[in-house]
Amino acid sequence: MSTTTPIPSEGLPPPKNQVGLWPPWKERLFSSPLSILATVLTAWVLIMAVPALIDWAFLQADFTSSTAQECRKAAGACWAFIAEKHRLILFGTYPYDEQWRPLIATIILIAVIVCSGLRRFWNARLALIWVVGLTAVAVLMWGGVFGLTYVENSLWGGLPLTLILSTFGIAFAFPLGVLLALGRRSKMPAIKALCVVYIELIRGVPLISLLFMSSVMLPLFLPVGFSIDKLLRAQIAIIMFAAAYIAETVRGGLQAIPKGQYEGADSLGLNYWQQMRKIILPQALRIVIPPLVSIFIALFKDTSLVVIIGIFDLTLAAKAALSDAAWRGFGIEAYVFISLIYFVFCFSMSKYSQRLETRLAAGQKR
Amino acid sequence: MTTNNPQAPVAAPKRRLSWNDPGVRAVVYQVVALALVAWAVWFLVSNTLNNLQVRNISTGFGFLDREAGFAIGETPVAYSPADTYGRAIWVGLLNTLRAAVLGIIFATILGTLIGVGRLSKNWLIAKVCSVYVEVMRNVPLLLQLFFWYALITENMPGPRQAYNPLPGVFISNRGLKVPGLEGSSMDWILGGLALAIVGTILVAHWGKKRQEATGQIFPLGRAALALFIGLPILGWLISGASLSLNMPELKGFNFSGGLTLSPEFAALLAGLVIYTAAFIAEVVRSGIQAVNHGQWEAAGSLGLRRSRVLRLVVLPQALRVIIPPMTSQYLNLTKNSSLAVAIGYPDIVSVVNTMMNQTGQAIEGILIIMAAYLTVSLSISIFMNWYNKRIALVER
Repeated sequence: MSTTTPIPSEGLPPPKNQVGLWPPWKERLFSSPLSILATVLTAWVLIMAVPALIDWAFLQADFTSSTAQECRKAAGACWAFIAEKHRLILFGTYPYDEQWRPLIATIILIAVIVCSGLRRFWNARLALIWVVGLTAVAVLMWGGVFGLTYVENSLWGGLPLTLILSTFGIAFAFPLGVLLALGRRSKMPAIKALCVVYIELIRGVPLISLLFMSSVMLPLFLPVGFSIDKLLRAQIAIIMFAAAYIAETVRGGLQAIPKGQYEGADSLGLNYWQQMRKIILPQALRIVIPPLVSIFIALFKDTSLVVIIGIFDLTLAAKAALSDAAWRGFGIEAYVFISLIYFVFCFSMSKYSQRLETRLAAGQKR
Repeated sequence: MTTNNPQAPVAAPKRRLSWNDPGVRAVVYQVVALALVAWAVWFLVSNTLNNLQVRNISTGFGFLDREAGFAIGETPVAYSPADTYGRAIWVGLLNTLRAAVLGIIFATILGTLIGVGRLSKNWLIAKVCSVYVEVMRNVPLLLQLFFWYALITENMPGPRQAYNPLPGVFISNRGLKVPGLEGSSMDWILGGLALAIVGTILVAHWGKKRQEATGQIFPLGRAALALFIGLPILGWLISGASLSLNMPELKGFNFSGGLTLSPEFAALLAGLVIYTAAFIAEVVRSGIQAVNHGQWEAAGSLGLRRSRVLRLVVLPQALRVIIPPMTSQYLNLTKNSSLAVAIGYPDIVSVVNTMMNQTGQAIEGILIIMAAYLTVSLSISIFMNWYNKRIALVER
């Protein structure tokens, strides 16, 4: 470009459809006949639905009644049901007077998850935080030491159980998944075949079938007189399931590392594990952090499937609250309440993952 | 390193069994790994056999020929409790496939609309679509199923007060009732449809050949529409136009006649479609965004209409990005249909579960479930891989 048109000294006015408050909105909502039609239709649906929804959820809702009969009279939602049953939904059948323990455990688990998201903790300290955090949770929940009464894990339930299943799940599935990914990229045919079969087998079947397997088949697999309790069996199934998905994600990261990195590491005389630990994995794992967050979100949602084998997580606790004969028929309220809890966790994690993605990509962009 | 003598005649270096030889190490590692796996398998199998003996459970698939003795709520093929377990499992598998196939079709349509809607220039549409995506994909599917099921069974009126938005359509807590078609000409009409599908494929082939030879574009869309409308009507006329509408009507406490969408199936389908559509919308959106804007402009400057630009230039490129993640969404939907067991839809998991409780054949039951899902998953991924290869970029 050698010639440029001289720009008038006062400059051109901005395009007409960009000036003022209304024109941009006109462009956004009524730019073409089809757009007008779409806007009007959507607006009509929203005008019909949103006020009715607000009416149901807030204006006509009953927040305070103490009995179901009173609550049924209200035209809107019966949040009094949640007020009545929130301890059962949040903490399950954990002994009522000891419920401060699962509360603290929940806070610790959330803190561990938040710390993992902060970049300042992305080093060896993070592993320490996880070990300390998860041990503290186990001590708090089980008790039996430091003067805490022992609580059997069949009594655990609600939100802490959902968090425990997903955080312990990811904590054990992650190393396993990395090993499986390395195995799948291995040059040794037997090891590669074993890893491929494991990964494809697990990814080909639904989590439910693994949970069923853990609840009915695992007891048959073990020697006579030896048994593992139901919660641990479900946790093993979740770990096995998550590991296969993590392995595929990590493999993607490993494939994205240029060959020169492997050759460079080779020429430094590093052995296989040194290469992986010091050169390849730090780069590969960095690439796959956003998809790993997605896997964690999926895992968090998938823990709700333990309902089917009768483990008392958040969802089953809500169903238990619903089965109280005195408070029958408030399913929608209960499900909306726990949906909100799931939504808050999953939405904040997915927003975090999106922000992280743009931040991590910032260095690569030119 | 073996010692190298420059004076010595060149001979193949002697291979010694040394720990420093990576080949030797690899063999040792693999033998150890295989031995460990074999030992673990042997340990588990021997324990299992031992346990089965102690509990007096017989193994094998012989029980499949025994009488099932339980009823199934929804049966796409004839089934009665006097039939065998094998037949019951077959019914369950058909129910799973029915939910999966319908789910995939509707989720693709809804998901594509929402994905395109998120990219719309219309601010309101784009916002509504992104709120939909964010809400639906951040709430567990199981919870959504419970929600829809509770909404239908608890909050819908009974059959006597059923909503009746259109004549012949009833919405109540017994599910959705719509008029069905019956009569001898149904076979002819279906035959006409099948013929129309074959005809469209043939015409498409011929049209493409002709375009390559002469450059003339064949109006395939209009021709296909004509075939799809014309042939079934032709079949209807040939068969003597005997077709009647089977309207559902209220008899006593329930409806009779018409086609039924049970509350379980309706809740399952609604949950699967609404949940998966949110993920498909994201796949479609990222696929369209992956196509360079210059492609639109270049195609426009060739004088192509906007619809043709989308169909001939943008979509083929977007599909390359879309197909692999779409495949995994289809697989997820199929696997997620197993959640049906939680709301009592008789899919394969729930039928096998009942069977396991009755017979105690846990191992065989789990194996049947896994084999069924592996077969379905593999078939879908083989088909999608074939399709993906067909539309992949042909490079020199």
